[in-house]
Amino acid sequence: MATEFHNLQELRHSASLATKVFIQRDYSDGTICKFLTKFPAELDSRIERSLFEETVKTLNCYYAEAEKIGSQSYLEGCLACATAYIIFLCMETRYEKILKKISMYIQEQNEKIYAPRGLLLTDPIERGMRVIEISIFEDSGSTSSSSTGSSPSSATAQ
Amino acid sequence: MSAVMIIRKPTRKWEKLPGKNTFCCDGRVMMARQKGVFYLTLFLIVGTCSLFFAFECPYLAVHLSPAIPVFAVLLFIFVMAMLLRTSFSDPGVLPRALPEEANFIEMEIEAANGNVLAGQRPPPRIKNVQINNQIVKLKYCYTCKIFRPPRASHCSICDNCVDRFDHHCPWVGNCVGKRNYRYFYLFTLSLSLLTIYIFAFNIVHVVLRSVDSGFVNTLKETPGTVLEVLVCFFTIWSVVGLTGFHTYLISLNQTTNEDIKGSWSGKNRVQNPYSHKNIIKNCCEVLCSPTFPSVLDRRGVMLEDSSSPTHSDASAASTHKSSNPVSQTTKSSAPLIPNEHTPDEAKPGIGAGTQKSTSSPKGEKPPSPTSPNAVAPAVIKESTH
Repeated sequence: MATEFHNLQELRHSASLATKVFIQRDYSDGTICKFLTKFPAELDSRIERSLFEETVKTLNCYYAEAEKIGSQSYLEGCLACATAYIIFLCMETRYEKILKKISMYIQEQNEKIYAPRGLLLTDPIERGMRVIEISIFEDSGSTSSSSTGSSPSSATAQ
Repeated sequence: MSAVMIIRKPTRKWEKLPGKNTFCCDGRVMMARQKGVFYLTLFLIVGTCSLFFAFECPYLAVHLSPAIPVFAVLLFIFVMAMLLRTSFSDPGVLPRALPEEANFIEMEIEAANGNVLAGQRPPPRIKNVQINNQIVKLKYCYTCKIFRPPRASHCSICDNCVDRFDHHCPWVGNCVGKRNYRYFYLFTLSLSLLTIYIFAFNIVHVVLRSVDSGFVNTLKETPGTVLEVLVCFFTIWSVVGLTGFHTYLISLNQTTNEDIKGSWSGKNRVQNPYSHKNIIKNCCEVLCSPTFPSVLDRRGVMLEDSSSPTHSDASAASTHKSSNPVSQTTKSSAPLIPNEHTPDEAKPGIGAGTQKSTSSPKGEKPPSPTSPNAVAPAVIKESTH
């Protein structure tokens, strides 16, 4: 992890940040976490539309799964209520588990798809779940192949 | 000669968070600045229960059943757990936009508005989205420099935008929002039960004891009873009323803020787009939906090698996380272009002194001056725009 961190720093030093694009939230289905799949014009020359849409759709699926109100969430809620929510001090909630998965996915996407194209996805949790920030680097001639995404482990919950 | 190593305590992100919250236990606890009323709430609950355990419980355990104090203890623990959970947790604060995001949004707004002639005021910053075939207006927050998500609102006491903002409750010393609404509801519900329970068993105790020793002697032997009955009597009216009001709101999937503003009152055929039109579904969504994690990374360590203090609002806690390009952020709440649409508090020089105190109309009796544990009408302090 530490070496990957340093590689990313090298990427940043060798490649200068040109601009950032922010993918906004899609509120058409209510207040659930969902991002617009509209392809921003700035990424036109950098990445294929299908890859980008695939990433955003997968993220939307993850978030939908996390916020799904089903039997598992009822059970978790009832169990937690019965223990006066003290159980949350020791147990990880379902949402947090899925956030970890999202973090891994973003990291993987960055390594495989975005970094080679001089782009960097930022985990939405770092921006308050408001936007997916995509950093566009100018000089994508950096040779650091093991650059990691900036997404760390899941958010702490209270 | 030995070198003295100075171990610097790492700076955690909560120390640099804007807004008017206070943090305790190294960022684990998050509350509003004014905590006086919260201490009063604690004192009343703990005080009344202590009196109950001291005076009534020994007698009732012997003469009626030991289950009575046991159940009271369990209920008391639950009430305290809910109160502390509501007061100490992040209500769902939305972090402020970093400069790049703020600039991006500004450019989008300018592009949408087109050319504004000099001397003409720019149109208000509003975004329209369609939710469930209903147009919902998203307002721009000049303090946080974001378009507020639906149902979010800016609390001027805490100076934060809070997701699914319900109200700012001084009795719990915190905002009530998306993340802690269910704890707040369970707190009012359990407190209602506890108050009714204590009140009922006080009466039972006085009656039983009076049969043996007479009414006046009973009061002399257990002076705490009088105090408890007084506190409980006034508390019942307000807390039970508040619980009823929130039960009504939950069944309609509305927030106190929306109810007071009359957002979904039915005027102009405007209906609540978030309601499932089914009471059970609404209750399930509000009370049984998955617990949303905090997006404020309060305990994350701020990287020391950044050239300027980082205002990193939301990220996971990890020392090996790579930072996004850091930049100096200002805590300025002044908008970029003050105009008539700018709310007073966002204009430089005018503090958040504009306070609007309103009371929830439904199901609440105005608290009497002697009602200590009464949960007063929720004080809604909100930005004026």
